[in-house]
Amino acid sequence: MDLSYGSEYSDFREEVRGFIAAHQDKSPSQASMRGAEGLAWQKLLLDNGYHSRTVPKAYGGFGAEPDILKSRIISEEFSAAQLSTGLGGQGISMLTPVLLEMGTEAQKLQFIKPTIMGEMIWCQGYSEPGAGSDLASLTTKAELDGDDWVINGQKIWTSTAQLADWIFCLVRTEPEAPKHQGISFLLFSMDTPGIEIRPLVDMTGDANFNEVFFTDVRVPKDQIVGRRGQGWQVANAILGHERGSLAPPDAAENRLKGIIKLMETETIDGHRVMDSPVFRDRLMKLQGQVLAMRCNDMRLLSARINKGQDARLAGMIVKLQGTELRHELEGFAIDVLGEIGLAYEDNPYLRGNGSWQYQYMYFLGLIIGGGTSQIQKNIIGERGLDLPREPKVAKV
Amino acid sequence: MEFGLSSEQTLLQDTVNRFLDEQAPLATVRQIAAAEIDDGAIWKGLAELGIPALLVPEHLGGVGLGSLDAAVVAESLGYHATPAPFLGTAVMAPLAFIQSGQQEALLGPMAQGDYRVGIAFGEAIGARNDAGTTVSSGKLTGKAIFALDAAADGYLVATREKHLYFVEATAKGFSRRLLTTVDKTRTTVELVFDGAVAELVSQDPGVFNQVLDAGRVMQAADTLGAAQYALDQAVDYAKQRKQFERVIGSFQAVKHMCAEMAASLEPCRSLVWYAGHALDHMPEESRVTACHAKAHLAEVGRFVAKTATEVHGGMGFTDLVGLHYWFKRIGANRQLLGSPELVREEAARLQGMVA
Repeated sequence: MDLSYGSEYSDFREEVRGFIAAHQDKSPSQASMRGAEGLAWQKLLLDNGYHSRTVPKAYGGFGAEPDILKSRIISEEFSAAQLSTGLGGQGISMLTPVLLEMGTEAQKLQFIKPTIMGEMIWCQGYSEPGAGSDLASLTTKAELDGDDWVINGQKIWTSTAQLADWIFCLVRTEPEAPKHQGISFLLFSMDTPGIEIRPLVDMTGDANFNEVFFTDVRVPKDQIVGRRGQGWQVANAILGHERGSLAPPDAAENRLKGIIKLMETETIDGHRVMDSPVFRDRLMKLQGQVLAMRCNDMRLLSARINKGQDARLAGMIVKLQGTELRHELEGFAIDVLGEIGLAYEDNPYLRGNGSWQYQYMYFLGLIIGGGTSQIQKNIIGERGLDLPREPKVAKV
Repeated sequence: MEFGLSSEQTLLQDTVNRFLDEQAPLATVRQIAAAEIDDGAIWKGLAELGIPALLVPEHLGGVGLGSLDAAVVAESLGYHATPAPFLGTAVMAPLAFIQSGQQEALLGPMAQGDYRVGIAFGEAIGARNDAGTTVSSGKLTGKAIFALDAAADGYLVATREKHLYFVEATAKGFSRRLLTTVDKTRTTVELVFDGAVAELVSQDPGVFNQVLDAGRVMQAADTLGAAQYALDQAVDYAKQRKQFERVIGSFQAVKHMCAEMAASLEPCRSLVWYAGHALDHMPEESRVTACHAKAHLAEVGRFVAKTATEVHGGMGFTDLVGLHYWFKRIGANRQLLGSPELVREEAARLQGMVA
């Protein structure tokens, strides 16, 4: 057991701290991330290797060798200083790694740089009304007509569709093939004629997602990643990337700190909530769970550095446990606040900008999205514990 | 950076597991639980492997390893529901004697497996009705209940003031009575003191805390092992048992029970490792971490013990399968050295949250 990162990394940590000290006044607020201030910050991070660190220079990145601990130090220091770590979103976190792995040289040159600079925003067209947990049964079809794919169908749960310049989209191109082998991964502009976006208002009151309809959308046939029929493998590579990142332990720790502060300042009949043993016990229970997930995360980090450490099961449980725990944390904060916890939107008694209620609902969405908790349990059971799959029901 | 067990620790665990697989199978656990034989042979065998010598420094006749090594052994003992006086004789008493510099002459025989020290900490953690001890001019009077190890040669007794005393089982004015509990894999006694000679070990709260924290992490590790055994058994059973012409593990209802157990237990492994490491290397965190490990494992352990039994259906409820030994061991670990509510309140107090 060695929890230190080693002396060779202390210089790097100092370098990151030096950058932060010199530039922290330029860090934009969450709201202005997409504005001029945000884009300037993004460029500063890219130039210094604090974003897209391992993306080759030819594609607009910093071109550093992959180093898990350096990446971790960057995120630790930025998080401690409460600075923005730059742009995220599905183009950066999901499409870029896929293009690097499976894209053509032309695609890499065309798409990666504007994407990581924040000049090209992407949305993801995967789920459909009839294809949720059973994503491979998707029916949006693309047929070749001359030099174009012609796309017809509907996507749902498409976040940022209204902002997006481009979409990466799963479509059925080989209707005769078995369902996992008939899908292709296409890229196309959201300005293409025949695309209609309808915002989908969710329980938070915001439209975090959209429905996207395609009617005879024509896409040049070379805008495909991987080969025809290979889209499922491409998509799975990125889904694996998404699952672990939905509920990082640092965020849970920060929320827990927020709850402690809340319990020290909010009062019931003039007594601090913290002075109630009942609330305190619930707090300590949650703190124990957050600590366990932090330890699990350290084990995962270690297993990425030290080949030969087996942490497969520890990785499989993160999406399930992490999202459920966040939902419980947010719900506990609402209980701490009592009826004040009901306040929302413009209510003058609002605490924490209404984020407790908002995140309580939002994390219920994350429990369902990105592979529901039930699908996660299938994965843990079948791939982690080697339990047999559900037998297929005979077709009637 | 390396978060996990070293190759030496893995080897230690493999060695203990191999010994217990051979020398302490369920059939032997049953015999000991029924008091047909005692745990002496197992303890002698573990002593030959150096287990009671683990934490004793080399110059005092021991091996001089650390708390995480001991936690690794505790996990193996829990996995096998092994009847053994590990907690008192190999962990809490040696630590108390080493830290205080008292009773050091006993460390050699303890490390050899020739001398056993039981522990009576209940009164210092949360004294119950009818229990309590007082000390006057070196003599102990009163009662300590649910002390561990009926076969001990002496007891480390903690008073309400968190002072530690050592009493020999042969002392005049000392008597003990076996207390039957659900957990028959370890023995529990009531100690009655009627002016029994008690030698002061330590009045230093730092020593008391260190001994208690180590004990709590060992209990958490024992529960980790026991719960892992229960989960492994449930998964095996779910792969074999057929109903409706299918193995029951293919039904999502059963599969999800197994997945939930694994999902809650897997982070516990990292938590126990971290807590074991913290005892020796992170004094600023180790106390809170020990509390969380103890309380969190108690909760997850209870969930896994119940759920694994349910996966076995009616067979899980029988004596035939024997899973109940683990169910009860997990239950005992939960209450001994502080039930979850007491321990969580201590974690809050340690963080300055209690006014």
